[in-house]
Amino acid sequence: MPILEGQGVTKYFGGLAAVSNVDFHVDRGEILGLIGPNGAGKTTLFNLISAALPASSGEIRFKGQKLNGLKPHQICRMGIARTFQEIKVFPNMPVLQNVLVGAFFGSPKRVSGADAAGEASQALEFVGLSAVSTAPVKDLTLVSQKRVEVARALAAKPELLLLDELMAGLNPAEVSEAMELVTRIRDKGITIIMVEHVMKAIMGISARVMVLHHGEKLADGTCNEIACNRKVIEVYLGEETHAGS
Amino acid sequence: MVGFLILLIAFVLTFPLYGGAYPTRVLIVMLMYTVLAVSWAMFSGTTGYMSLAPAAFFGTGIYSTALLQHYLPFPVIIVIAGLISFVLAFLLGLVTLRLKGIYFTIFSFGLVVFIGNTINYVEAEIFGRHGWIFEALDRTMLLYTMLGLAVVTVLAAYFISRSRLGLAMRSIGGNEEAAEHMGVNTTRIKVLTFAISAIFMGAAGVVVAPSLSYSNSGIAFSVTYSFIPIVAAVLGGMGQLHGPIIGALVFGFLEKTLKATLLTYFMLGFGIIMVVVILFLPNGLIGLVPILRDKLGGVIQKLRKGGQAEQHADT
Amino acid sequence: MAEAERLLGLAVIGILAGGVYGLLAVGLSLQIGVCRVLNITHGEFAMLGGVLTFTLVELGINPLVAPVIIGPILFGIGFLLQATLFKGIKVRAPSPAAFEGNALLAAFGVMYIISYIARMEFGTRALPTHYLTEGLQFLGVSIQLNLIVGFAVAAVLGIAVYLFLTRSRLGRAIRATAEDQPTAELMGVNTNTVLALCFGLGAMLAGIAGTLISLRSDVNTGIGFNNTIIALIVVTLGGLGSVPGSFVAGIIIGIVSMMVAGLWESVLIVPVYYAMLMVLLLARPTGIFGKK
Repeated sequence: MPILEGQGVTKYFGGLAAVSNVDFHVDRGEILGLIGPNGAGKTTLFNLISAALPASSGEIRFKGQKLNGLKPHQICRMGIARTFQEIKVFPNMPVLQNVLVGAFFGSPKRVSGADAAGEASQALEFVGLSAVSTAPVKDLTLVSQKRVEVARALAAKPELLLLDELMAGLNPAEVSEAMELVTRIRDKGITIIMVEHVMKAIMGISARVMVLHHGEKLADGTCNEIACNRKVIEVYLGEETHAGS
Repeated sequence: MVGFLILLIAFVLTFPLYGGAYPTRVLIVMLMYTVLAVSWAMFSGTTGYMSLAPAAFFGTGIYSTALLQHYLPFPVIIVIAGLISFVLAFLLGLVTLRLKGIYFTIFSFGLVVFIGNTINYVEAEIFGRHGWIFEALDRTMLLYTMLGLAVVTVLAAYFISRSRLGLAMRSIGGNEEAAEHMGVNTTRIKVLTFAISAIFMGAAGVVVAPSLSYSNSGIAFSVTYSFIPIVAAVLGGMGQLHGPIIGALVFGFLEKTLKATLLTYFMLGFGIIMVVVILFLPNGLIGLVPILRDKLGGVIQKLRKGGQAEQHADT
Repeated sequence: MAEAERLLGLAVIGILAGGVYGLLAVGLSLQIGVCRVLNITHGEFAMLGGVLTFTLVELGINPLVAPVIIGPILFGIGFLLQATLFKGIKVRAPSPAAFEGNALLAAFGVMYIISYIARMEFGTRALPTHYLTEGLQFLGVSIQLNLIVGFAVAAVLGIAVYLFLTRSRLGRAIRATAEDQPTAELMGVNTNTVLALCFGLGAMLAGIAGTLISLRSDVNTGIGFNNTIIALIVVTLGGLGSVPGSFVAGIIIGIVSMMVAGLWESVLIVPVYYAMLMVLLLARPTGIFGKK
């Protein structure tokens, strides 16, 4: 059984369907890439999964359990964590405390202070930020702040991680580092859905790719299938490869 | 900072030895302002939701004393007022904290006016009276009680800020949506903290009442009490523990000593100071300290260098 | 039967008075909605309008002409406040939440400054400027002409503001700024000017509302605060950012206040508003006409 599946997922804003009748599934332990032009509904789909927004119709199930109607903090405690397109760190708090929030509150059971501190340090080490754990997050570079978000999400011990444009704004060297980080997360057994515009990253590490366009699912399959899909090339890949990544 | 607080406590404890009636009242009010400011900052300073409700809980405390002073011992009245304030804040929080901050601020403001006017009506129509006289209690006892309350409030604020509740509150202040996504039940945390902070405000009202000699619904629920903690935070700096304490003490002292003589000019000057401080000293007057230290340090450096240059010139 | 008639008459008075409340609220709605300042000084602008009307009447000027002089003065005050104080705070604030908090505190400081300067000039006594006090007998109550004139002026101004905001280019710039300031700036809108204009306009409308209020009741330097509360209630009830909402809510509030005063006690008016608001909040937090 897939770890996450959605049927007929739809979200209306006024009269406009941001996400329209999307069926999808993610298998345990895989990396699913989610691509599509701007405004295709990718972040909206994330928002529906994480319950930042309620779905207009359709069902989303995580490990067989319906997610509709739950609140974001409940979804986190069930095992889904995410990062955000516009970075949402806690700017005035030190890095360690940012990650501690995930460690303390992300799990369904009460976590002791010592355990939480341990989780947080491990998460920081995993992303390579142990050296700056006491710095206020707002003083860090964009790349480091994104890593703080990832560490914070990891400290919540998720089974499914949603990464929203982790690589936006990174230079090619940083993109490679990020790709390596995502692969290491997958190797820990965490399932990942990543929204990206950086084709090299998506094609490089995703097991499967799903393409959204105008809120509808255009295609989904392996990287090769997607790369050869005529519709996808017309609508999207053509522009992207010209834009370069 | 701890040293300063210990000195302060020692000062207050020995005050009755040399302080007269009026100065004691001033000190009681200064300590009361501290309780209001610190408990307000507990919630509003961390989560960023501006509460204008302190006067509601404070007034509840005053009225608890007014109604129960002849029937129940003082400590019991404090507990009752604290409980009522908790419940009141809990209910208000449940309804308004799910919404955007600005609505919370408006409604917390409205609560004060609502309770004040309702009590005014009930007083006049049902009890046929306008105001209450307080039985005078030993002012040394009141001073020590207020000191005790202030100490308890500060300790509570300190331990909460170091606990996971404090971490959760700061995460809400940092980015509420992210906090929610990291498993923080933001509504529950906000409501709980808001209600806890109200307890101290209610207690403060109870303790200060006997030193007032007279009060009515207009005085007890005066919106000014809601603004005191804010003023203290502006003067002393928001969010940190010592900011509200210093701001409250400074403001309380100035208000009680200067206001009597210069009412209109005082309020006018006070308004101007507030505007200036907000505009140029975002960290409050406390922010002046590092600035002055830098400037002073720079001057001292220059003097030293000048002296050294002279020495070298001589050789 | 006569009682029912009287109540109906009171309701009509409430409607007429409510028009002015609506005008007051529209100004605040602009300041909160566009400039994001919870302006608790708003009532003081109305107070200034009323007090200045008194001064002008003392000098022999017809109170209905007073807004021509008072309007620009209050517009200037509002404009300057936004352009200097609130903009300065915005620039220095580390986050929008910090800005809103600091702006509220600053508004509070300004409130003290304005009300105490006024108090130094005029003291705390009542300043009567009654005008057009002849009443029409209607439905068992006496409806003063100044109520009707007040409503008419408020309605005209309200329509003018609504048309301005929805039809004119400047109006569109204002709405764009309210929605997303950085984007509006990128699209060429001089947002600093727009914000100052809005604040000034809000203050001006409040001042004119103050004039209209002074026609029928005594003003004094202390009425600012109560008017701020009324404006806040009306804005929340009607929905932030909606001109028709402010007027509809103002009329509702006007009716409610007359009903409560007529049936119970005037002291209960505010508690009733508050209870209404709390109920509304549970059902529809953004107000009657508010956007979600």
